[in-house]
Amino acid sequence: MSKRYEIRLAGLGGQGLVLAGVILAEAASIFENKNAVQSQSYGPESRGGASKSEVIISDEEIDYPKATHIDLLLCLTDAAAEKYLKDCPETALVIADSDLVPSAIPEKYRSVKAPITRLARETVGKEFVTNIVALGLIQELTGIVGLPALEKAVLGRVPKGTEDLNKRALEVGREAAHEYGAHILSARG
Amino acid sequence: MSAEATEKKAPVIKFLAGNEACMEGALAAGCRFFAGYPISPSSEIAEKMSGRLPKLGGKFIQMEDEIASMGAIIGASLAGAKSMTATSGPGFSLMQENIGYAMMAEVPCVVVNVMRGGPSTGNPTGPSQSDVMQCRWGTHGDHPAIVLSPNSIREAFDTTVQCFNFAEQFRTCVVLAMDEIVAHMREKIVIPAKEDIKIVNRKKPNLKPGDPYKPYEADASLIPPMMNFGEGFRYHVTGLDHDATGFPSGAPDNQEILHRRLVDKVEMHKDELFLFENHRTEDAEVLVVAYGSTSRSAKRAVEEARAQGIKAGLFRPITLFPIPEKQIALAASHAKKVVVPEMNLGQYRLEVERILGPAVPVVGVHRVNGEPIAPSLILSAIVGG
Repeated sequence: MSKRYEIRLAGLGGQGLVLAGVILAEAASIFENKNAVQSQSYGPESRGGASKSEVIISDEEIDYPKATHIDLLLCLTDAAAEKYLKDCPETALVIADSDLVPSAIPEKYRSVKAPITRLARETVGKEFVTNIVALGLIQELTGIVGLPALEKAVLGRVPKGTEDLNKRALEVGREAAHEYGAHILSARG
Repeated sequence: MSAEATEKKAPVIKFLAGNEACMEGALAAGCRFFAGYPISPSSEIAEKMSGRLPKLGGKFIQMEDEIASMGAIIGASLAGAKSMTATSGPGFSLMQENIGYAMMAEVPCVVVNVMRGGPSTGNPTGPSQSDVMQCRWGTHGDHPAIVLSPNSIREAFDTTVQCFNFAEQFRTCVVLAMDEIVAHMREKIVIPAKEDIKIVNRKKPNLKPGDPYKPYEADASLIPPMMNFGEGFRYHVTGLDHDATGFPSGAPDNQEILHRRLVDKVEMHKDELFLFENHRTEDAEVLVVAYGSTSRSAKRAVEEARAQGIKAGLFRPITLFPIPEKQIALAASHAKKVVVPEMNLGQYRLEVERILGPAVPVVGVHRVNGEPIAPSLILSAIVGG
Protein backbone atom coordinates (compact mmCIF):
# COMPACT_ATOMS: atom_id res chain seq x y z
CA MET A 1 0.00 0.00 0.00
CA SER A 2 1.20 3.47 -0.75
CA LYS A 3 1.40 5.83 2.20
CA ARG A 4 -1.93 7.53 1.62
CA TYR A 5 -4.92 6.00 -0.18
CA GLU A 6 -7.82 8.28 -1.02
CA ILE A 7 -11.34 7.08 -1.71
CA ARG A 8 -14.31 9.16 -2.82
CA LEU A 9 -17.79 7.60 -2.81
CA ALA A 10 -20.26 9.76 -4.71
CA GLY A 11 -23.94 9.64 -5.54
CA LEU A 12 -27.23 10.63 -3.97
CA GLY A 13 -28.33 11.02 -0.38
CA GLY A 14 -30.10 7.79 0.58
CA GLN A 15 -27.70 5.47 -1.23
CA GLY A 16 -25.80 4.83 1.98
CA LEU A 17 -22.52 6.34 0.90
CA VAL A 18 -21.75 8.06 4.18
CA LEU A 19 -22.29 4.79 6.05
CA ALA A 20 -20.17 2.94 3.46
CA GLY A 21 -17.37 5.40 4.10
CA VAL A 22 -17.71 5.03 7.86
CA ILE A 23 -17.56 1.24 7.59
CA LEU A 24 -14.53 1.29 5.32
CA ALA A 25 -12.66 3.71 7.58
CA GLU A 26 -13.64 1.78 10.67
CA ALA A 27 -12.44 -1.47 9.10
CA ALA A 28 -9.06 0.13 8.42
CA SER A 29 -8.61 2.04 11.66
CA ILE A 30 -10.30 -0.07 14.32
CA PHE A 31 -9.82 -3.56 12.94
CA GLU A 32 -6.54 -3.16 11.03
CA ASN A 33 -4.97 -0.45 13.16
CA LYS A 34 -4.15 1.85 10.26
CA ASN A 35 -4.93 5.54 10.28
CA ALA A 36 -8.20 6.47 8.63
CA VAL A 37 -10.39 9.53 8.40
CA GLN A 38 -13.88 9.63 6.98
CA SER A 39 -15.62 12.83 5.98
CA GLN A 40 -18.58 13.81 3.90
CA SER A 41 -20.39 16.61 2.20
CA TYR A 42 -24.04 16.82 1.36
CA GLY A 43 -26.82 19.29 0.84
CA PRO A 44 -29.61 20.19 3.25
CA GLU A 45 -31.88 17.39 1.95
CA SER A 46 -31.98 14.17 3.97
CA ARG A 47 -32.21 12.19 0.75
CA GLY A 48 -32.10 12.85 -2.96
CA GLY A 49 -29.46 15.60 -2.95
CA ALA A 50 -25.88 15.10 -4.09
CA SER A 51 -23.85 13.23 -1.50
CA LYS A 52 -20.15 12.56 -1.23
CA SER A 53 -18.25 10.53 1.32
CA GLU A 54 -14.47 10.41 1.50
CA VAL A 55 -12.10 8.04 3.22
CA ILE A 56 -8.37 8.52 3.61
CA ILE A 57 -6.39 5.47 4.72
CA SER A 58 -2.73 5.81 5.58
CA ASP A 59 0.16 4.21 7.41
CA GLU A 60 1.08 7.69 8.61
CA GLU A 61 -0.68 10.45 10.50
CA ILE A 62 -3.40 11.98 8.33
CA ASP A 63 -3.24 15.76 8.26
CA TYR A 64 -5.57 17.02 5.54
CA PRO A 65 -8.72 14.89 5.89
CA LYS A 66 -10.09 15.44 2.38
CA ALA A 67 -9.15 13.84 -0.94
CA THR A 68 -6.66 15.68 -3.13
CA HIS A 69 -5.22 12.81 -5.19
CA ILE A 70 -7.98 10.27 -5.59
CA ASP A 71 -7.00 6.60 -5.79
CA LEU A 72 -10.53 5.24 -6.00
CA LEU A 73 -13.74 6.90 -7.18
CA LEU A 74 -17.11 5.18 -6.82
CA CYS A 75 -19.96 6.77 -8.79
CA LEU A 76 -23.55 5.79 -8.17
CA THR A 77 -25.02 8.55 -10.37
CA ASP A 78 -24.18 10.03 -13.73
CA ALA A 79 -24.02 13.47 -12.13
CA ALA A 80 -21.39 12.23 -9.67
CA ALA A 81 -19.31 10.84 -12.55
CA GLU A 82 -19.58 14.07 -14.45
CA LYS A 83 -18.68 16.15 -11.40
CA TYR A 84 -15.82 14.14 -9.97
CA LEU A 85 -14.07 12.34 -12.85
CA LYS A 86 -12.34 15.58 -13.70
CA ASP A 87 -10.76 15.63 -10.21
CA CYS A 88 -9.21 12.20 -10.73
CA PRO A 89 -5.61 11.68 -11.69
CA GLU A 90 -5.02 9.06 -14.39
CA THR A 91 -3.85 6.58 -11.79
CA ALA A 92 -7.33 6.42 -10.25
CA LEU A 93 -9.52 3.34 -10.32
CA VAL A 94 -13.10 4.26 -11.23
CA ILE A 95 -16.02 2.07 -10.23
CA ALA A 96 -19.48 2.98 -11.50
CA ASP A 97 -22.98 1.57 -11.37
CA SER A 98 -23.54 0.48 -14.98
CA ASP A 99 -27.29 1.15 -14.86
CA LEU A 100 -27.06 4.55 -13.17
CA VAL A 101 -23.98 5.86 -14.97
CA PRO A 102 -24.71 5.53 -18.70
CA SER A 103 -21.81 7.82 -19.69
CA ALA A 104 -18.64 6.13 -20.79
CA ILE A 105 -15.72 6.27 -18.35
CA PRO A 106 -12.75 7.80 -20.21
CA GLU A 107 -10.31 5.18 -21.51
CA LYS A 108 -7.39 6.65 -19.58
CA TYR A 109 -8.79 5.29 -16.31
CA ARG A 110 -8.80 1.78 -15.08
CA SER A 111 -12.50 1.30 -14.61
CA VAL A 112 -15.15 -1.21 -13.65
CA LYS A 113 -18.83 -0.90 -14.41
CA ALA A 114 -21.15 -3.22 -12.54
CA PRO A 115 -24.92 -3.08 -11.93
CA ILE A 116 -24.36 -2.52 -8.21
CA THR A 117 -27.86 -1.32 -7.31
CA ARG A 118 -29.53 -4.03 -9.42
CA LEU A 119 -27.38 -6.72 -7.78
CA ALA A 120 -28.51 -5.45 -4.39
CA ARG A 121 -32.16 -5.38 -5.40
CA GLU A 122 -32.35 -8.60 -7.41
CA THR A 123 -29.55 -10.88 -6.27
CA VAL A 124 -29.45 -9.98 -2.57
CA GLY A 125 -33.09 -8.95 -2.51
CA LYS A 126 -32.98 -5.49 -0.89
CA GLU A 127 -31.93 -2.30 -2.60
CA PHE A 128 -30.82 -0.78 0.68
CA VAL A 129 -27.73 -2.99 0.74
CA THR A 130 -26.39 -1.27 -2.40
CA ASN A 131 -23.68 0.36 -0.29
CA ILE A 132 -22.58 -2.97 1.14
CA VAL A 133 -22.49 -4.60 -2.31
CA ALA A 134 -20.28 -1.66 -3.36
CA LEU A 135 -17.99 -2.28 -0.36
CA GLY A 136 -17.64 -5.96 -1.31
CA LEU A 137 -16.72 -4.91 -4.82
CA ILE A 138 -14.18 -2.36 -3.58
CA GLN A 139 -12.64 -4.82 -1.12
CA GLU A 140 -12.11 -7.54 -3.68
CA LEU A 141 -10.87 -5.16 -6.39
CA THR A 142 -8.42 -3.17 -4.26
CA GLY A 143 -7.62 -5.13 -1.10
CA ILE A 144 -7.40 -1.78 0.65
CA VAL A 145 -8.88 -3.47 3.69
CA GLY A 146 -8.98 -7.16 4.44
CA LEU A 147 -12.23 -9.07 4.27
CA PRO A 148 -12.29 -10.05 7.97
CA ALA A 149 -11.91 -6.41 9.03
CA LEU A 150 -14.53 -5.25 6.57
CA GLU A 151 -16.99 -7.91 7.65
CA LYS A 152 -16.53 -7.02 11.32
CA ALA A 153 -17.03 -3.34 10.54
CA VAL A 154 -20.15 -4.05 8.49
CA LEU A 155 -21.69 -6.21 11.19
CA GLY A 156 -20.91 -3.62 13.83
CA ARG A 157 -22.78 -0.89 11.99
CA VAL A 158 -25.86 -2.50 10.40
CA PRO A 159 -29.21 -2.92 12.18
CA LYS A 160 -29.75 -6.11 14.18
CA GLY A 161 -31.52 -8.77 12.18
CA THR A 162 -29.90 -7.74 8.89
CA GLU A 163 -26.54 -9.44 9.49
CA ASP A 164 -27.07 -12.31 7.06
CA LEU A 165 -28.45 -10.00 4.42
CA ASN A 166 -25.39 -7.78 4.69
CA LYS A 167 -22.96 -10.69 4.66
CA ARG A 168 -24.65 -11.87 1.50
CA ALA A 169 -24.37 -8.35 0.05
CA LEU A 170 -20.61 -8.35 0.68
CA GLU A 171 -20.35 -11.72 -1.04
CA VAL A 172 -22.37 -10.57 -4.04
CA GLY A 173 -20.15 -7.52 -4.34
CA ARG A 174 -17.01 -9.64 -4.23
CA GLU A 175 -18.41 -12.00 -6.87
CA ALA A 176 -19.22 -8.97 -9.02
CA ALA A 177 -15.57 -7.98 -8.82
CA HIS A 178 -14.70 -11.19 -10.67
CA GLU A 179 -17.56 -10.95 -13.14
CA TYR A 180 -17.13 -7.28 -14.08
CA GLY A 181 -13.59 -6.44 -12.99
CA ALA A 182 -11.51 -9.44 -14.04
CA HIS A 183 -9.24 -7.09 -16.02
CA ILE A 184 -8.41 -5.20 -12.83
CA LEU A 185 -7.90 -8.33 -10.76
CA SER A 186 -5.59 -9.91 -13.34
CA ALA A 187 -3.52 -6.73 -13.46
CA ARG A 188 -3.21 -6.81 -9.66
CA GLY A 189 -2.01 -10.41 -9.97
CA MET B 1 -23.76 2.41 22.35
CA SER B 2 -23.13 1.73 25.98
CA ALA B 3 -24.16 4.35 28.48
CA GLU B 4 -21.12 3.68 30.61
CA ALA B 5 -18.37 4.75 28.22
CA THR B 6 -17.47 7.74 30.32
CA GLU B 7 -17.52 5.76 33.54
CA LYS B 8 -15.08 3.08 32.42
CA LYS B 9 -11.85 2.59 34.29
CA ALA B 10 -9.93 1.53 31.17
CA PRO B 11 -9.55 3.59 28.01
CA VAL B 12 -12.20 2.94 25.35
CA ILE B 13 -11.44 2.87 21.62
CA LYS B 14 -14.13 4.20 19.33
CA PHE B 15 -14.53 5.53 15.82
CA LEU B 16 -16.39 8.80 16.28
CA ALA B 17 -17.36 12.02 14.59
CA GLY B 18 -16.31 15.29 16.20
CA ASN B 19 -19.82 16.01 17.41
CA GLU B 20 -19.96 12.61 19.10
CA ALA B 21 -16.55 13.12 20.69
CA CYS B 22 -17.68 16.53 21.94
CA MET B 23 -20.70 14.90 23.56
CA GLU B 24 -18.48 12.23 25.16
CA GLY B 25 -16.16 14.94 26.44
CA ALA B 26 -19.05 16.85 27.96
CA LEU B 27 -20.30 13.77 29.78
CA ALA B 28 -16.80 12.94 30.97
CA ALA B 29 -16.46 16.50 32.31
CA GLY B 30 -19.61 15.97 34.34
CA CYS B 31 -22.20 17.68 32.15
CA ARG B 32 -25.62 16.55 33.33
CA PHE B 33 -27.89 19.15 31.74
CA PHE B 34 -28.35 19.94 28.08
CA ALA B 35 -30.95 22.28 26.64
CA GLY B 36 -30.91 23.00 22.95
CA TYR B 37 -32.58 23.46 19.64
CA PRO B 38 -31.00 21.18 17.04
CA ILE B 39 -29.38 22.89 14.08
CA SER B 40 -27.03 21.64 11.40
CA PRO B 41 -24.11 21.05 11.61
CA SER B 42 -24.33 20.66 15.40
CA SER B 43 -27.46 18.47 15.60
CA GLU B 44 -25.72 15.21 16.46
CA ILE B 45 -24.59 16.66 19.79
CA ALA B 46 -28.21 17.21 20.86
CA GLU B 47 -29.29 13.91 19.32
CA LYS B 48 -26.68 11.88 21.19
CA MET B 49 -27.17 13.82 24.41
CA SER B 50 -30.89 13.04 24.34
CA GLY B 51 -30.05 9.33 24.43
CA ARG B 52 -27.19 9.42 26.89
CA LEU B 53 -28.02 12.01 29.52
CA PRO B 54 -31.14 10.34 30.97
CA LYS B 55 -29.17 7.11 31.48
CA LEU B 56 -26.65 9.04 33.56
CA GLY B 57 -29.28 10.70 35.68
CA GLY B 58 -29.03 13.93 33.71
CA LYS B 59 -31.63 16.00 31.93
CA PHE B 60 -32.08 16.73 28.24
CA ILE B 61 -34.60 19.33 27.14
CA GLN B 62 -35.38 20.28 23.57
CA MET B 63 -36.33 23.93 23.90
CA GLU B 64 -38.52 26.12 21.73
CA ASP B 65 -35.56 28.14 20.52
CA GLU B 66 -31.98 29.09 21.23
CA ILE B 67 -32.84 32.04 23.48
CA ALA B 68 -34.68 29.70 25.81
CA SER B 69 -31.95 27.06 25.51
CA MET B 70 -29.41 29.51 26.84
CA GLY B 71 -31.76 30.59 29.62
CA ALA B 72 -32.31 26.98 30.61
CA ILE B 73 -28.63 26.12 30.90
CA ILE B 74 -27.99 29.25 32.98
CA GLY B 75 -30.77 28.24 35.36
CA ALA B 76 -29.57 24.66 35.57
CA SER B 77 -26.02 25.77 36.28
CA LEU B 78 -27.16 28.11 39.06
CA ALA B 79 -28.82 25.06 40.58
CA GLY B 80 -25.51 23.20 40.45
CA ALA B 81 -25.59 21.17 37.22
CA LYS B 82 -22.78 21.42 34.72
CA SER B 83 -24.69 22.59 31.68
CA MET B 84 -24.26 23.07 27.98
CA THR B 85 -25.98 23.79 24.72
CA ALA B 86 -24.88 23.33 21.11
CA THR B 87 -25.81 25.35 18.08
CA SER B 88 -24.63 26.94 14.86
CA GLY B 89 -24.42 30.53 13.59
CA PRO B 90 -28.11 31.50 13.45
CA GLY B 91 -28.77 29.98 16.88
CA PHE B 92 -25.54 31.41 18.25
CA SER B 93 -26.77 34.86 17.23
CA LEU B 94 -29.97 34.30 19.20
CA MET B 95 -28.00 33.19 22.25
CA GLN B 96 -25.87 36.29 22.49
CA GLU B 97 -28.01 38.22 24.95
CA ASN B 98 -28.09 35.37 27.43
CA ILE B 99 -24.41 34.60 26.88
CA GLY B 100 -23.80 38.13 28.13
CA TYR B 101 -26.10 37.41 31.05
CA ALA B 102 -24.06 34.31 31.97
CA MET B 103 -20.89 36.40 31.85
CA MET B 104 -22.40 39.24 33.88
CA ALA B 105 -24.01 36.95 36.46
CA GLU B 106 -20.91 34.70 36.41
CA VAL B 107 -22.75 31.47 35.72
CA PRO B 108 -20.50 28.66 34.44
CA CYS B 109 -21.77 27.12 31.19
CA VAL B 110 -20.53 25.85 27.84
CA VAL B 111 -21.83 26.78 24.40
CA VAL B 112 -20.72 24.74 21.41
CA ASN B 113 -20.90 26.65 18.15
CA VAL B 114 -20.37 24.45 15.11
CA MET B 115 -19.70 27.17 12.60
CA ARG B 116 -21.48 27.34 9.27
CA GLY B 117 -21.53 30.07 6.67
CA GLY B 118 -23.46 33.26 7.36
CA PRO B 119 -24.75 35.86 7.93
CA SER B 120 -28.30 34.65 8.52
CA THR B 121 -29.14 31.04 7.64
CA GLY B 122 -26.16 30.95 5.28
CA ASN B 123 -24.94 27.51 4.28
CA PRO B 124 -26.30 24.89 6.71
CA THR B 125 -24.08 21.99 5.67
CA GLY B 126 -20.87 23.62 4.50
CA PRO B 127 -17.77 24.30 6.59
CA SER B 128 -16.91 27.80 7.72
CA GLN B 129 -14.91 29.65 10.36
CA SER B 130 -16.80 32.88 9.99
CA ASP B 131 -18.03 33.16 13.58
CA VAL B 132 -14.59 33.63 15.11
CA MET B 133 -15.15 37.25 16.01
CA GLN B 134 -18.73 36.56 17.06
CA CYS B 135 -17.31 34.05 19.54
CA ARG B 136 -15.16 36.86 20.90
CA TRP B 137 -17.46 39.85 20.65
CA GLY B 138 -20.93 38.48 19.95
CA THR B 139 -22.55 39.82 23.08
CA HIS B 140 -22.44 43.49 23.90
CA GLY B 141 -20.32 45.26 26.47
CA ASP B 142 -16.78 44.61 27.65
CA HIS B 143 -16.56 40.98 28.62
CA PRO B 144 -14.10 38.15 28.98
CA ALA B 145 -14.01 35.51 26.27
CA ILE B 146 -12.65 32.01 26.43
CA VAL B 147 -12.91 30.26 23.08
CA LEU B 148 -11.34 26.93 22.12
CA SER B 149 -11.16 25.38 18.66
CA PRO B 150 -10.19 21.71 18.10
CA ASN B 151 -8.78 20.19 14.92
CA SER B 152 -9.22 16.47 15.54
CA ILE B 153 -11.65 14.04 17.08
CA ARG B 154 -9.56 13.41 20.17
CA GLU B 155 -9.12 17.12 20.58
CA ALA B 156 -12.88 17.68 20.26
CA PHE B 157 -13.17 15.45 23.33
CA ASP B 158 -10.31 17.11 25.21
CA THR B 159 -11.27 20.70 24.46
CA THR B 160 -14.86 20.05 25.53
CA VAL B 161 -13.57 18.81 28.88
CA GLN B 162 -11.37 21.93 29.02
CA CYS B 163 -14.33 24.20 28.25
CA PHE B 164 -16.18 22.82 31.27
CA ASN B 165 -13.10 23.13 33.43
CA PHE B 166 -12.52 26.74 32.40
CA ALA B 167 -16.22 27.58 32.80
CA GLU B 168 -16.19 26.16 36.33
CA GLN B 169 -12.87 27.72 37.27
CA PHE B 170 -13.62 31.19 35.93
CA ARG B 171 -17.39 31.27 36.46
CA THR B 172 -18.14 32.30 32.93
CA CYS B 173 -19.65 31.12 29.65
CA VAL B 174 -17.02 29.32 27.55
CA VAL B 175 -17.39 28.73 23.81
CA LEU B 176 -16.19 25.73 21.83
CA ALA B 177 -15.86 26.86 18.22
CA MET B 178 -15.81 23.82 15.96
CA ASP B 179 -16.05 23.86 12.20
CA GLU B 180 -18.23 21.48 10.22
CA ILE B 181 -15.29 19.38 9.06
CA VAL B 182 -14.13 18.59 12.59
CA ALA B 183 -17.75 18.15 13.71
CA HIS B 184 -18.62 15.62 11.03
CA MET B 185 -15.42 13.83 10.14
CA ARG B 186 -14.67 10.58 11.90
CA GLU B 187 -11.44 9.24 13.30
CA LYS B 188 -10.36 6.67 15.80
CA ILE B 189 -10.33 8.03 19.33
CA VAL B 190 -9.02 6.53 22.53
CA ILE B 191 -11.28 7.90 25.24
CA PRO B 192 -9.13 8.12 28.35
CA ALA B 193 -9.98 6.29 31.54
CA LYS B 194 -11.98 8.35 33.99
CA GLU B 195 -9.13 8.77 36.46
CA ASP B 196 -6.92 10.18 33.71
CA ILE B 197 -9.30 13.03 32.93
CA LYS B 198 -8.70 16.18 34.97
CA ILE B 199 -11.96 17.65 36.19
CA VAL B 200 -12.36 21.09 37.74
CA ASN B 201 -15.39 21.97 39.82
CA ARG B 202 -16.57 25.43 40.84
CA LYS B 203 -15.09 26.78 44.04
CA LYS B 204 -17.68 26.91 46.81
CA PRO B 205 -17.73 29.22 49.81
CA ASN B 206 -17.00 27.71 53.18
CA LEU B 207 -20.19 28.74 54.97
CA LYS B 208 -22.53 27.35 57.57
CA PRO B 209 -26.30 27.84 57.37
CA GLY B 210 -27.13 31.30 58.63
CA ASP B 211 -23.74 32.79 57.70
CA PRO B 212 -23.97 35.93 55.62
CA TYR B 213 -23.19 35.24 51.96
CA LYS B 214 -22.09 37.84 49.46
CA PRO B 215 -22.32 35.97 46.15
CA TYR B 216 -20.14 38.39 44.19
CA GLU B 217 -17.44 39.04 46.74
CA ALA B 218 -14.17 37.87 45.21
CA ASP B 219 -10.87 37.03 46.83
CA ALA B 220 -7.47 37.76 45.29
CA SER B 221 -8.26 35.37 42.43
CA LEU B 222 -11.05 37.81 41.43
CA ILE B 223 -13.33 34.78 41.02
CA PRO B 224 -16.07 34.68 43.66
CA PRO B 225 -16.80 31.27 45.19
CA MET B 226 -20.26 30.09 44.14
CA MET B 227 -23.10 28.66 46.19
CA ASN B 228 -25.62 26.64 44.21
CA PHE B 229 -29.30 27.43 44.49
CA GLY B 230 -31.06 25.02 46.78
CA GLU B 231 -28.14 24.67 49.17
CA GLY B 232 -29.57 26.94 51.83
CA PHE B 233 -28.46 30.41 50.75
CA ARG B 234 -30.68 32.91 48.99
CA TYR B 235 -29.13 35.41 46.67
CA HIS B 236 -30.02 37.74 43.88
CA VAL B 237 -28.87 37.22 40.32
CA THR B 238 -29.18 39.97 37.77
CA GLY B 239 -27.85 41.14 34.43
CA LEU B 240 -27.81 44.67 35.77
CA ASP B 241 -24.68 46.18 37.20
CA HIS B 242 -24.55 44.92 40.77
CA ASP B 243 -22.46 45.00 43.91
CA ALA B 244 -21.09 42.12 45.97
CA THR B 245 -24.56 41.30 47.32
CA GLY B 246 -25.86 40.64 43.81
CA PHE B 247 -28.40 43.44 43.99
CA PRO B 248 -28.43 46.13 41.32
CA SER B 249 -26.20 49.07 41.97
CA GLY B 250 -25.59 52.02 39.74
CA ALA B 251 -22.90 53.53 41.91
CA PRO B 252 -20.01 54.49 39.61
CA ASP B 253 -17.40 52.91 41.88
CA ASN B 254 -19.28 49.62 41.94
CA GLN B 255 -19.67 49.59 38.18
CA GLU B 256 -15.99 50.24 37.63
CA ILE B 257 -14.99 47.48 40.04
CA LEU B 258 -17.42 44.98 38.56
CA HIS B 259 -16.55 45.52 34.91
CA ARG B 260 -12.83 45.50 35.50
CA ARG B 261 -13.07 42.39 37.65
CA LEU B 262 -15.12 40.50 35.04
CA VAL B 263 -12.40 41.08 32.46
CA ASP B 264 -9.42 40.88 34.80
CA LYS B 265 -10.42 37.56 36.35
CA VAL B 266 -9.69 35.94 32.99
CA GLU B 267 -6.88 38.28 31.96
CA MET B 268 -4.81 37.71 35.12
CA HIS B 269 -5.02 33.92 34.73
CA LYS B 270 -4.67 33.79 30.97
CA ASP B 271 -1.39 31.88 30.94
CA GLU B 272 -3.38 28.94 32.32
CA LEU B 273 -5.74 29.18 29.36
CA PHE B 274 -3.32 29.01 26.45
CA LEU B 275 -3.48 25.78 24.52
CA PHE B 276 -1.50 25.74 21.27
CA GLU B 277 0.73 23.69 19.00
CA ASN B 278 4.03 24.63 17.40
CA HIS B 279 4.97 22.57 14.37
CA ARG B 280 8.44 23.23 12.93
CA THR B 281 8.34 26.87 14.00
CA GLU B 282 11.80 26.92 15.62
CA ASP B 283 13.49 28.11 12.42
CA ALA B 284 10.41 29.04 10.38
CA GLU B 285 10.96 31.79 7.85
CA VAL B 286 7.40 31.44 6.66
CA LEU B 287 4.96 30.98 9.52
CA VAL B 288 1.42 29.75 8.99
CA VAL B 289 -1.10 30.56 11.72
CA ALA B 290 -4.14 28.32 11.40
CA TYR B 291 -6.78 26.74 13.62
CA GLY B 292 -9.56 24.18 13.39
CA SER B 293 -9.69 21.93 10.33
CA THR B 294 -7.80 24.54 8.29
CA SER B 295 -4.73 23.82 10.42
CA ARG B 296 -4.68 20.29 9.01
CA SER B 297 -4.48 21.69 5.48
CA ALA B 298 -1.80 24.05 6.74
CA LYS B 299 0.26 21.24 8.27
CA ARG B 300 0.28 19.43 4.93
CA ALA B 301 1.25 22.65 3.14
CA VAL B 302 4.10 23.19 5.62
CA GLU B 303 5.41 19.67 4.99
CA GLU B 304 5.23 20.18 1.22
CA ALA B 305 7.02 23.53 1.53
CA ARG B 306 9.75 21.92 3.66
CA ALA B 307 10.15 19.26 0.96
CA GLN B 308 10.86 22.14 -1.45
CA GLY B 309 13.50 23.51 0.91
CA ILE B 310 11.39 26.33 2.34
CA LYS B 311 11.64 26.75 6.09
CA ALA B 312 7.95 26.79 6.87
CA GLY B 313 6.22 26.22 10.21
CA LEU B 314 2.77 26.15 11.71
CA PHE B 315 1.49 27.84 14.84
CA ARG B 316 -1.91 26.51 15.80
CA PRO B 317 -3.88 28.29 18.50
CA ILE B 318 -6.25 25.85 20.18
CA THR B 319 -7.25 28.64 22.53
CA LEU B 320 -8.43 31.29 20.06
CA PHE B 321 -9.33 33.70 22.90
CA PRO B 322 -7.67 34.97 24.97
CA ILE B 323 -5.20 35.18 22.08
CA PRO B 324 -1.82 33.59 22.79
CA GLU B 325 -0.08 36.76 21.68
CA LYS B 326 3.39 36.10 23.05
CA GLN B 327 3.36 32.58 21.68
CA ILE B 328 2.40 33.81 18.19
CA ALA B 329 5.10 36.47 18.31
CA LEU B 330 7.67 33.89 19.44
CA ALA B 331 6.71 31.48 16.65
CA ALA B 332 7.09 34.36 14.18
CA SER B 333 10.48 35.50 15.51
CA HIS B 334 12.36 34.27 12.40
CA ALA B 335 9.47 34.84 10.00
CA LYS B 336 9.87 36.92 6.88
CA LYS B 337 6.24 36.25 6.03
CA VAL B 338 3.17 35.03 7.88
CA VAL B 339 0.26 33.25 6.19
CA VAL B 340 -3.17 33.07 7.83
CA PRO B 341 -5.61 30.73 6.09
CA GLU B 342 -9.21 30.89 7.31
CA MET B 343 -12.65 29.92 6.07
CA ASN B 344 -13.72 33.56 6.49
CA LEU B 345 -12.56 36.87 5.07
CA GLY B 346 -9.77 37.52 7.55
CA GLN B 347 -11.10 37.66 11.09
CA TYR B 348 -8.12 36.13 12.91
CA ARG B 349 -5.68 37.56 10.35
CA LEU B 350 -6.45 41.04 11.66
CA GLU B 351 -5.48 39.90 15.15
CA VAL B 352 -2.23 38.39 13.87
CA GLU B 353 -1.44 41.63 12.04
CA ARG B 354 -2.11 43.59 15.21
CA ILE B 355 0.18 41.32 17.25
CA LEU B 356 3.08 41.28 14.79
CA GLY B 357 2.90 44.89 13.64
CA PRO B 358 3.99 46.24 10.28
CA ALA B 359 7.48 44.65 10.28
CA VAL B 360 6.24 41.28 9.00
CA PRO B 361 3.93 40.97 5.99
CA VAL B 362 0.83 38.94 6.81
CA VAL B 363 -0.90 37.22 3.89
CA GLY B 364 -4.45 35.92 4.17
CA VAL B 365 -5.78 32.86 2.38
CA HIS B 366 -9.52 33.23 2.68
CA ARG B 367 -12.29 31.09 1.30
CA VAL B 368 -16.02 31.50 1.90
CA ASN B 369 -17.31 29.07 -0.73
CA GLY B 370 -18.40 26.30 1.63
CA GLU B 371 -15.36 24.22 0.69
CA PRO B 372 -12.33 23.45 2.85
CA ILE B 373 -9.10 25.29 2.04
CA ALA B 374 -6.94 22.84 0.13
CA PRO B 375 -3.26 22.49 1.10
CA SER B 376 -2.25 23.62 -2.41
CA LEU B 377 -3.79 27.06 -1.82
CA ILE B 378 -1.82 27.52 1.39
CA LEU B 379 1.33 26.20 -0.27
CA SER B 380 0.95 28.81 -3.04
CA ALA B 381 0.79 31.53 -0.40
CA ILE B 382 3.87 30.10 1.37
CA VAL B 383 5.88 29.86 -1.85
CA GLY B 384 4.51 32.96 -3.58
CA GLY B 385 6.27 36.31 -3.39
